[in-house]
Amino acid sequence: MENKKEMVVSAIENGTVIDHIPTESVYQVIRILGLENYKDEVLIGNHLASGKLGRKGIVKIKNKHFTKEEISKIALVAPSASIIDIEGYKVASKFTAEIPDHVENIVRCANPKCITNAEVVPTRFDVVDRENLKLRCHYCEKFTTKETMKFAE
Amino acid sequence: MSTLKGRNLISITDFSKQEYIEVLDIAEGFEQNPKQKILSDKVVATLFFEPSTRTRLSFESAANQLGARIIGFSDPGGTSVQKGETLHDTIVMVASYSDLIVMRNPKEGSARYASEVSSVPLINAGDGANQHPTQCMLDLYSIRKTQGTLENLNIAMVGDLKYGRTVHSLVQAMCNFNATFHLVSPTELKLPSSVKMSIKNAGLKYYQYTDLKDVIPTADIIYMTRVQRERFPDPMEYERVKDSCILTAPMLQGCKENMRILHPLPRVNEITTDVDSTPYAYYFQQAQNGVYVRQALMAAILGAK
Repeated sequence: MENKKEMVVSAIENGTVIDHIPTESVYQVIRILGLENYKDEVLIGNHLASGKLGRKGIVKIKNKHFTKEEISKIALVAPSASIIDIEGYKVASKFTAEIPDHVENIVRCANPKCITNAEVVPTRFDVVDRENLKLRCHYCEKFTTKETMKFAE
Repeated sequence: MSTLKGRNLISITDFSKQEYIEVLDIAEGFEQNPKQKILSDKVVATLFFEPSTRTRLSFESAANQLGARIIGFSDPGGTSVQKGETLHDTIVMVASYSDLIVMRNPKEGSARYASEVSSVPLINAGDGANQHPTQCMLDLYSIRKTQGTLENLNIAMVGDLKYGRTVHSLVQAMCNFNATFHLVSPTELKLPSSVKMSIKNAGLKYYQYTDLKDVIPTADIIYMTRVQRERFPDPMEYERVKDSCILTAPMLQGCKENMRILHPLPRVNEITTDVDSTPYAYYFQQAQNGVYVRQALMAAILGAK
């Protein structure tokens, strides 16, 4: 965490801080979490100096705690981001967003001929390669990768 | 009673090596004695959301020989599907009318999805370019029948190795049997790296070629597939490579005595007709074996074997 005296993005009393976001993924994180429509304070910082990443992004969301599914979404676009729960200006818990073994309902299958793109079928994937982010569709067995990944609305 | 009772067959990887062998053993019994009315109290639904005459007739012949009654459609025209009914609703309804569903559908992954909403077992008869596991089972049956074993064979796969789903499934299945793979294709239609990875992960070897002549002396099985013109963006490129994957009778000089030629059919010109009368041609018997294998699968899944 930044030193509070020099804090570029102000602290929040209660909510969640998503820290150590790769700079290119900050706006994608906001988009997939639907934070454009969030009606409380959302503080966004990008290209901040970071010992770990060189430059990083940070998003602070007041009065918001994320579900398991939302944390999986963060992990898919910003693996290694830190999720910090804040209560009364203090860190209540802190962990790294990890890509799960199975991804359900979050991602659309990149194969246009897949049944999940033809009918209302919840998507299911096995994560076959965490490092290069490669998902295998449970239904059509084709791969969806970082480059072809789109998120379900 | 078979361990396959009540199971679905969606993808060739759903079954273990032991289960492949079990199906082939049951199929052998049907080849010796095909008319066994052991499913006379069963209804088999054949749902063909796209036409496939050969596959449908093979399944229906198999079901008939077992004494089962058949309901279904051979193309979705004139059915509720054309009125916009979802796959989900069609399957739930048909499952309540039948004991087993055989389905072909052009949407990839449709078979896995249908099996999840169906209350009765489902056999995938082809879901688009994804899987066609009963074709693979009949390929295994034909290989075992002609070679006496599935173990330690030299398998040459020829033609469109990139898009051919039968090729991908057969490679995956043969990875259980210590095969060596000889892959012959135009450069544009090489086997995808994910399938090559399955070979590597099984600790097996593959060799790649662009000329069919190079594999004829070593192969135990030559598995031919069609190279389609529409796969090539440049027609000149197609013209350049089209003859490199055509098998003719004179080319067979120097092949092994036990070598047999397989083809999932329909054939166009990739095997010239002079090959048909050689002792190496096996593609028509191969299609016939499909009936025994489908009998075995239906009987095992419905608990009659």
